[in-house]
Amino acid sequence: MDAAFEGIGASVRRKEDLRFISGRGNYTDDINRPHQMHAFIKRSDRPHARIVRIDTAAAKAAPGVVAVFTGADLAAIGGLPCGWQIHSKDGTPMVEPKHPVLAEGKVRHVGDPIAVVIAETRQQAKDAAELLDIELADLPSIAGVTDAVAPSAPLVHDEAAGNQCYDWHIGDKDAVDAAFAQAAHVVKLDLTNNRLVPNAMEPRAALGDFDPSTGDYTLFTTSQNPHVIRLLMGAFVLGLPEHKLRVVAPDVGGGFGSKIYHYAEEAIVTWAAGQVKRPVKWTAERNESFVSDAHGRDHVSTAEMALDPQGKFLALRVHTLCNMGAYLSTFAPAVPTYLYATLLAGTYTTPAIYVEVKAVFTNTVPVDAYRGAGRPEATFLLERLVDTIAHDTGLDRVEIRRRNFIPRDAFPYQTPVALQYDSGDYVATLETALKAADWAGFPARRAAAAAKGRLRGIGISTYLEACGIAPSAVVGSLGARAGLYEVANIRVHPTGSVSVFTGTHSHGQGHETTLAQLVCDQLGVALKDVDVVHGDTARIPFGMGTYGSRSLAVGGSAMVKAMDKIIAKGKKIAAHLLEASADDIEFKDGKFTVAGTDKVKTLGEVALTAYVPHNYPIDEIEPGLDETAFYDPKNFTYPGGCHVCEVEIDPETGVTRVVNFTAVDDVGRVVNPMIVEGQVQGGVAQGIGQALLENAVYDKDGQLLSGSFMDYTMPRADDLPNFTVATENTMCTHNPLGSKGCGEVGAIGSPPAVINAVVDALRDYGVRHLDMPASPQKIWSIINAGRLPVAAE
Amino acid sequence: MYDFTYQKPASLPDAVKALGTEDAKALAGGMTFIPVLKQRLNKPSVVVDLAKLGLTGITVTGDTVTIGAMTTHETVANSAEVKRAIPGLADLAANIGDKEVRHRGTIGGSLANNDPSACYPSALLALGGTVKTDRRTISADDYFQGMFTTALEPDEVITEVSFPIPQKAAYAKFRNPASRYAMVGVFVAKGPKGVRVAITGAGQNGVFRHAGLEAALAANWSADACKGVSTPADGLNSDIHASAEYRAHLIGVMAGRAVTAAG
Amino acid sequence: MPQVTLTVNGKSASVEVEARTLLVELLRESLRLTGTHVGCDTSQCGACVVHVDGKSVKSCTMLAVQADGCSVTTIEGLAAADGTLHPMQEMFREHHALQCGFCTPGMVMSAIDLVKSNPQGLTEEEIRHGLEGNLCRCTGYHNIVKAIAAAAPLMNATPAE
Repeated sequence: MDAAFEGIGASVRRKEDLRFISGRGNYTDDINRPHQMHAFIKRSDRPHARIVRIDTAAAKAAPGVVAVFTGADLAAIGGLPCGWQIHSKDGTPMVEPKHPVLAEGKVRHVGDPIAVVIAETRQQAKDAAELLDIELADLPSIAGVTDAVAPSAPLVHDEAAGNQCYDWHIGDKDAVDAAFAQAAHVVKLDLTNNRLVPNAMEPRAALGDFDPSTGDYTLFTTSQNPHVIRLLMGAFVLGLPEHKLRVVAPDVGGGFGSKIYHYAEEAIVTWAAGQVKRPVKWTAERNESFVSDAHGRDHVSTAEMALDPQGKFLALRVHTLCNMGAYLSTFAPAVPTYLYATLLAGTYTTPAIYVEVKAVFTNTVPVDAYRGAGRPEATFLLERLVDTIAHDTGLDRVEIRRRNFIPRDAFPYQTPVALQYDSGDYVATLETALKAADWAGFPARRAAAAAKGRLRGIGISTYLEACGIAPSAVVGSLGARAGLYEVANIRVHPTGSVSVFTGTHSHGQGHETTLAQLVCDQLGVALKDVDVVHGDTARIPFGMGTYGSRSLAVGGSAMVKAMDKIIAKGKKIAAHLLEASADDIEFKDGKFTVAGTDKVKTLGEVALTAYVPHNYPIDEIEPGLDETAFYDPKNFTYPGGCHVCEVEIDPETGVTRVVNFTAVDDVGRVVNPMIVEGQVQGGVAQGIGQALLENAVYDKDGQLLSGSFMDYTMPRADDLPNFTVATENTMCTHNPLGSKGCGEVGAIGSPPAVINAVVDALRDYGVRHLDMPASPQKIWSIINAGRLPVAAE
Repeated sequence: MYDFTYQKPASLPDAVKALGTEDAKALAGGMTFIPVLKQRLNKPSVVVDLAKLGLTGITVTGDTVTIGAMTTHETVANSAEVKRAIPGLADLAANIGDKEVRHRGTIGGSLANNDPSACYPSALLALGGTVKTDRRTISADDYFQGMFTTALEPDEVITEVSFPIPQKAAYAKFRNPASRYAMVGVFVAKGPKGVRVAITGAGQNGVFRHAGLEAALAANWSADACKGVSTPADGLNSDIHASAEYRAHLIGVMAGRAVTAAG
Repeated sequence: MPQVTLTVNGKSASVEVEARTLLVELLRESLRLTGTHVGCDTSQCGACVVHVDGKSVKSCTMLAVQADGCSVTTIEGLAAADGTLHPMQEMFREHHALQCGFCTPGMVMSAIDLVKSNPQGLTEEEIRHGLEGNLCRCTGYHNIVKAIAAAAPLMNATPAE
């Protein structure tokens, strides 16, 4: 290669950026179809009510209105499906109530869609929606998980007794009980993982189109996985076969999990387009996003660790109540089970673990995976518990972690909660992070802050996560109703340029660059000659999309496999052209060479021959140079690392500022360091947001009190510090790239590091634990309570 | 938002006349009004845009700063004359909302709306300023009548706002973490009318004067003097970001910081 | 319906709109300039920031009729006629200051105003404070701050837009 290095390891600038910085992105709401109409969705403003009556006559007669539909009109189509089935301890399947596209009989959360008005303009649809005459009869409601399991709690679904969706467990209860019986110390901690609203900056949107001459439907939607939407919506909701339904996810403005799921609005606009024979567009207003996008987290847990006299972990016992919301979102049941409980070994050798998870329905928006999905909850629990152990026993926080780390020579390591880690070096990430954060120099900084009247604290979190989702057979045995492989089609064009068709989807991750770099690396093609195509079921063979930090580890691996096929076929063609045996052909840097000679054919020459097969072994191989691979991973990948956070608290106001944040992560092979750093920075920002700022607050009946950016605290530029980000990598042992994934590590490792730092800053006030977010009010209350007795003395 | 008739009169009498229409509403910078319209919380028949009335500009005489009602926050913030005469007022303007809000939002709009978490009302009240309208002059003490409520008649248009130049004055704000509006804003002033302290963001009835802080600061103009003054939580707002007790505490803290800033 | 005549990215446009039409709706729907985005309904996210008569404003909080007679610049109007990017656009790319790209147009327009109104230069803290009106969910702002700091001297060295 003559140009600058563009392959694996190069921080090349992103190919997709030019359109985004020029205002030429193509997001769903930017798309307009001829004769398009607009949908406005009338939603419930009550948390729980019986629908007594809906009169649509006045709305239908309003100017510009073409149609009004309610649940009764959609009764013939299916409900929104759930993609994962969990079985309770007693073997019974989870309770899986119907999730109607438009409410049927009852509304169960604020935001539950009741009716859709379709009109010539957005404003006309909204004007007409005010003319809908809807009578609702309020029913008793609940929002919090502890209220939901109280004996007298009102039922969200009649079929879910006690509001229970499932009561699941994992691990060896007897071994854990035995270890607790003999423990030198037991440390117990109650903690809450606060509910979050993902708030991708692009509100969700959907545009349905129907061609009456062919019967073909097209849905443009803000999705992280268009093929999954086609499958779920086509097969389970609308009854449309795949070949009559095209789903396009164009440029998508952030997802963080919230755009994985199949949402009602997608089905509504697609179905309605068929009914009215014109395109129908819906775009969420932000206030709708707050009450219709799946939320994240929302756990209430008790954790107990049994320890020996030296602080070695003997056994962990965890009980968690998790909120499913009013209905089961697409992957909701998997999050607090297989993405949470199985992670509770963390980086530690804890020999016995027992986890009980009870999932409950409430009158709130459905909860599903949000950046990290289960793993931030597991990490927060574990890393807060470890610091609490230090607090209660007097052992050093770092030393406890060292004593309990899985040693670097113990891999592959089988945990007591199902997972087998393939690689990692937790001491290495710890040491690098401690050095980068100048852990040793902290006491001086604390003293300097104290001299200025500030409370300074430092916190650490050593975490592990499982991503690169996922081996299909494994997840199938655990209840997944889909495979989780990935698909890549590599098309070498006649003159040697390359198109990559990937089943993953980029909504900020930079796949158009990172995945192209794989081609530069493996096929020796210049970056400018590679384009990555994603997000369209009509162009891409198949795919499971992007979530769970899977795109490179699974989607990239599929590309490697497809390129292996390209090279193998290219060798046969080159062998023919060079009059050698295919076994003697070597491929490197875009050139096929006869080993030990200077006889060479470039990839371009081979490609041209493949498409113009005049001189070609046509009896042995087909023309063309276009290969597809499906890659099913052998295991999850296991990124891990160490985050160190340093905070300063203004004791007069309770305001906490993050003054230093260091993240050292093991993400396996790094393709584009610039992009990886950006992913970690963004993840850390969301983690700091969870720890200090963000909170989805419902009142006890189910009204969302933080339903807009006026009340839900989004991290802004002046809330955050600069980040020190580094990687300290061990390679994934079971995929061809060695990559583990970097999209979620920032949001997983950071929240406990922040809270551990806050608790450290407040250590003179007798604080043992603090739930998130550590808001100024909460911290002031602690300081104020601590100060009053002192003043009284 | 609901549709309406838009008018942009070129004279004050025409504007007053237009505002005489039933359910007519005045539009100044629109930084609060347009979001309210977008939420369909208001359904005006006519929206009267005040932008063409020439109500902009700043004049400073020996003892008074006078600001045209349609002068933007940015203009006040950057005015060398305001910075010289009442630096605390320029600083307040420089920290309202964000840059984009300051480019459009106006002093007259802010005072006419009297949002309980707006900044300007505290300056007007603490400095003992006056509001001049198309028909009269209203003193600050008579102007504010509870949140979103003022002495203005429905068709009355603020033309300018005057502030007597104090010896010392400053504003300190604790922002709501989410909205960035004032959760507690304290304006302290020491001037011809003595020491006056006005609190915004905290009170259930909007901006109010704080007698305890005024007495303490009149006796001893120092941040330390604020520490001894407690504020009862009764009558203060309570929400998911701040209880009334926390707001009461922040009033003392922000008052002290304002005094320090005032020098 | 009112007629709004304005200059957008140097070109005159005259559009008939309902009085309730927002400037951002005129830009996106009447003129099909879809680079300006809408990310919230409470005037906080800044995805809709454009320049009106040279100043950054939130086009979701301004009526189209208020822009009558004004000169509006959107993200589409920043690059030179020959396609040369504005230094702020260039630095956003160079410093990886965008991921999903949705907040980017508003962020870039806001950042340009910030630099222009502070010709004396900006500290990191001033940049962060100056971005109070723009939300980004992807980047954590780290690289946005870097990009603006890098663009400032370039902008100050070149003639104003």
